[in-house]
Amino acid sequence: MSHRTVVNIGPFHPLQEEAEFYQLYVEGETVVDMDVRISYNHRGIEKLDESKTFDQVPFVVERVCGICSASHPLAYVQAVEEIAHVQVPERALYLRTIVNELERIQSHMLWVGLAGHFLGYNTVFMWAWKYREPCTDALEIATGSRVSYANCKIGGVRRDMTNEQLKAIDQAVTEQQEPLEMLTKAVLDDPVLHARLKNVGVLTPEDAKSYGALGPTVRGSGIPIDVRRDDPYAAYDRVDWEVITAPGGDVFGKAVVRLLECFEAIKIIKQCVKDIPGGEIDAKVEAIPPGEGIGRVEAPRGETFHYVRSDGSNRPVRHKIRAPSFNNVPTFKASCIGLQIPDVAITLASVDPCYSCTERMCVAVDAQSRKPMYNFAELVKLSQQKTQRLLKQW
Amino acid sequence: MTVVQTETEIPLEGFVGEVFKQLGDAVLEVHQCEARRGIVRIDPRRTVEVAKKMMAMQGSRLATATGIEVRDGIDVLYHWAFEPAGAVVTLKVLARRPELEVDSIADVVFAGNWIEREMHDLLGANFRSHPDMRRLILDDSWPEGVYPLRKDFDQVEDRPPLPPTQSSPDVATDGREGK
Repeated sequence: MSHRTVVNIGPFHPLQEEAEFYQLYVEGETVVDMDVRISYNHRGIEKLDESKTFDQVPFVVERVCGICSASHPLAYVQAVEEIAHVQVPERALYLRTIVNELERIQSHMLWVGLAGHFLGYNTVFMWAWKYREPCTDALEIATGSRVSYANCKIGGVRRDMTNEQLKAIDQAVTEQQEPLEMLTKAVLDDPVLHARLKNVGVLTPEDAKSYGALGPTVRGSGIPIDVRRDDPYAAYDRVDWEVITAPGGDVFGKAVVRLLECFEAIKIIKQCVKDIPGGEIDAKVEAIPPGEGIGRVEAPRGETFHYVRSDGSNRPVRHKIRAPSFNNVPTFKASCIGLQIPDVAITLASVDPCYSCTERMCVAVDAQSRKPMYNFAELVKLSQQKTQRLLKQW
Repeated sequence: MTVVQTETEIPLEGFVGEVFKQLGDAVLEVHQCEARRGIVRIDPRRTVEVAKKMMAMQGSRLATATGIEVRDGIDVLYHWAFEPAGAVVTLKVLARRPELEVDSIADVVFAGNWIEREMHDLLGANFRSHPDMRRLILDDSWPEGVYPLRKDFDQVEDRPPLPPTQSSPDVATDGREGK
C-alpha cells in the first residue's frame, strides 16, 4: 500500500473564492477519502427571522444567497400563502415567473464561466460572463437591481412591470439566444472538454436518491425531478416547456443540463411576456392564522425548501430554510472517491456549490490616505445612476 | 391507528392518504391530509422502521428535516418529497425532555446525515447511533451545551465571547501587529 497524505483545499477555496474546507486523503494522485468542513459564514438567518414580522422576512431571506435572491423569498412567501390560503392574482404569478427564469439564466451562465475557469479554459469564462451581462441588465430593468430584487411579497409582487419593461426583457432574451447557441455548441463539441468532463465524477441514480440530490445535479443523472413540473407554482403550469435531463451522471451531463435549461428559460420568459394578463399584482392579506406551511421553488441549483410555522402572531415561530447545496455538496462522497486530484476540483464545482457567503461587503481603501474609495451611500448612488441610464436606453 | 383531530376527523384520501396507510400503526396522529401536503405524528420508537418504508416507496426522497423546540421537547420534522406526485409528507417525531433523544435515520438515507448534525448543533437534539456526530455548523470553540436556535437563547445577551486569537508567539510579539 502506498503512503497516504492529506491535501487541504481551504478554508478559503483558491478557485471558488468562498469559505469551504475540503480535505482530500490521497495515495499518490488518487483520492481515497474525503472530508469537508462548512459553515464558516453561518449568519443565523433562521434565528433572525423569528424576530422579524412576516412582511420583513422576504428582505432577510433574499440575502441568503446573492445568486438565488429571487428563489428564497418566493419559497418563503409560498409557505406563508399556504398557511393563510391566499389566492395570488394571475398577473403576479407571471411576474414571479419572469424574474425567476431570468435568475436561472444568469446563474447557469455564471456556472458555465466558472467551470471553464476551473479547467483553465478562460475563453469560456470570458464568453459566458460577457453573455450573462445582458441578462443581469434585464433583471435590473425588471426590478431595479442586479441582485436582491426585493420583488416578492406575501400575496403577490411589490412592483408591476410596464409594457415597455416587458418589451425590453423580451428583446434582451431574444438577443441572448444566438450567443447562447454559439457558446453551447462551442462547449459541447469541444474535444478537450469531452476528454476532461466525460465519465468524470459519476453520480449514479441510486446515490442521487440516497443523498437527496437536487436540480441539475440529479437531472444530470437522468432523473427528471423538477418542482416546477411536479408541484407547479407561479405560472409554470400555464406555459409550455420541458424538463431537461442528461444520462450518465458525469460532469459533462450536468453541464449539458445547465446549458439547455437556459433555452427553456428563454422559452418560458417569451411566453410569459406574450400571455401576461392584466389586473391586480397583489392580494390583500390581513393576518396569518396559526398553522404550518411548506414552500418549494426550483432554484437554479435545485429545490429550495422553506418551512414556516405560525402561531397566529405577526412573527413566524419557526422558519426553516434548506438551500439546494446543503443536499448537493455531500454527494462528493459518492462521486469523488477514486478520482485524480484535478478531476476532484471540477467534480466539486459541478454541483454549483453555493456557500451563501454574501453577507460581507468588501471596502477598497486607498493605500496612502487610508480612506475608503467608495462608501455605502456613494455605491448606492452609483447603482441608482446606472438603473436610470438603463431605463432611458429602453 | 388513532386519528386525533378536534374539529372534524381528517379523511385519508388521495396520494398522501395512501402513503399514511402504508405506515400502518406507526402513525399516532394525523394532523393534516390534503392533496399534496400531509403531516402525521409517528411513534418515536419506530423512526428507523418508518424511514426504511418511506425510502422504499416509489419516487420518494428526503427533502430535509426541521427541528422545533416545543413544550415537551424538540419536534423533529422529516419532510419527504414525492416525485412526480409533487407531494410533501411531513413525519413528526418528538424527542422528549430531558434526554431529547431520537433514533438517527442517517444510516437509512444519507440526506439525513448533515441535517441531523445541524439539529444537534443548533437545538441540542440527540440522535442515537448517528454514524458521524461531529460539529457541522458551530465552530469548535463554541461552548458545549449552548444551543443558539433555542427560544431562551438571546442573540445579543447570550453570545459567547470570541476565542483568543491563535497566532504564533513570534507574530504576536514582533511589535508591528496585535499590540
